[in-house]
Amino acid sequence: MANWVPLWLHRLGSPPVFYRFAGAVRPWAFGLALLLGAVALYGGLVVAPADYQQGDAYRIIFIHVPSAWMSLFIYGVMAVAAFIGLVWRIKIAEVVAMESAPVGAAFTLITLVTGSLWGKPMWGTWWTWDARLTSELVLLFIYLGIVGLYHSFEDRRQGARAAAFLVLVGAVNVPIVHFSVNWWNTLHQGSTIRLLGPSHIEASMLWPLLTMMLATKCYYIASLFARVRADLIASEGGKAWVRDIALGQPGNDPA
Amino acid sequence: MSQFLAMGGYGSYVWTSFAAFFIVLLIDTLAPLARRRRNLRELRARLARQENRRRPGTPPSNESNA
Repeated sequence: MANWVPLWLHRLGSPPVFYRFAGAVRPWAFGLALLLGAVALYGGLVVAPADYQQGDAYRIIFIHVPSAWMSLFIYGVMAVAAFIGLVWRIKIAEVVAMESAPVGAAFTLITLVTGSLWGKPMWGTWWTWDARLTSELVLLFIYLGIVGLYHSFEDRRQGARAAAFLVLVGAVNVPIVHFSVNWWNTLHQGSTIRLLGPSHIEASMLWPLLTMMLATKCYYIASLFARVRADLIASEGGKAWVRDIALGQPGNDPA
Repeated sequence: MSQFLAMGGYGSYVWTSFAAFFIVLLIDTLAPLARRRRNLRELRARLARQENRRRPGTPPSNESNA
């Protein structure tokens, strides 16, 4: 690996560097998310044909499935960051882990609400204690627990360390959510999109779904970076670089 | 157009889903921006108080852009 990669990562571990980096990347990630999201919505709501069994109700898939993927993907990122924070005590890793939790909770909430709105016309019920639904609800509670634990400490780093342990313990739920449709034969359908092997979906329905997945990934970057910036202002409040930003001395604070 | 909005009779479910998606993400977008501004404002107020304690009698004039 080239020498500049570890050096670059090392520099990003510095809070002022990360703050500036996040501020520079955030608008681009957000803009890209809006653009891709608009294209995906057009493809999903207008271009893609109605489903032969579910009619137009299946169109909820274009937000339900990308949100569900994000609810697990964000947990993965958060778990890796929490592990790095616990082992090497890198402050930025702790902040990234803690500020990922609210975004993950938002996507989990969207997954549950849209799933419920899809379940009513198709299954005839808003909610059932199906394995997939229940484990996703547990995921929401874990996310909320992480947010709550982080904010219940006076000392933010102490809170981050305690919550990082909860992140690692709660990680057992992620494979349970993912494999629940294979392990228990209940109401929720199995995976339509497969990384290995053919997907059970038409190309005209697949591309809006994958575009929306990219849009939600970009959105996560934008939201995470906005949250990390807000967090660093508070947690690094005693440092000179934050004071300079607060008092607006060197104009190094875009947006 | 009205056919598009009807979504084959599933309009209320489909559009409520999309509304939920956008409302949740809108709140998630705006909350950290407001939090960052609030944190900056509180930090400025704290710095002004410290300055005032160090040199009593200085009016808290450096809060002009708070």
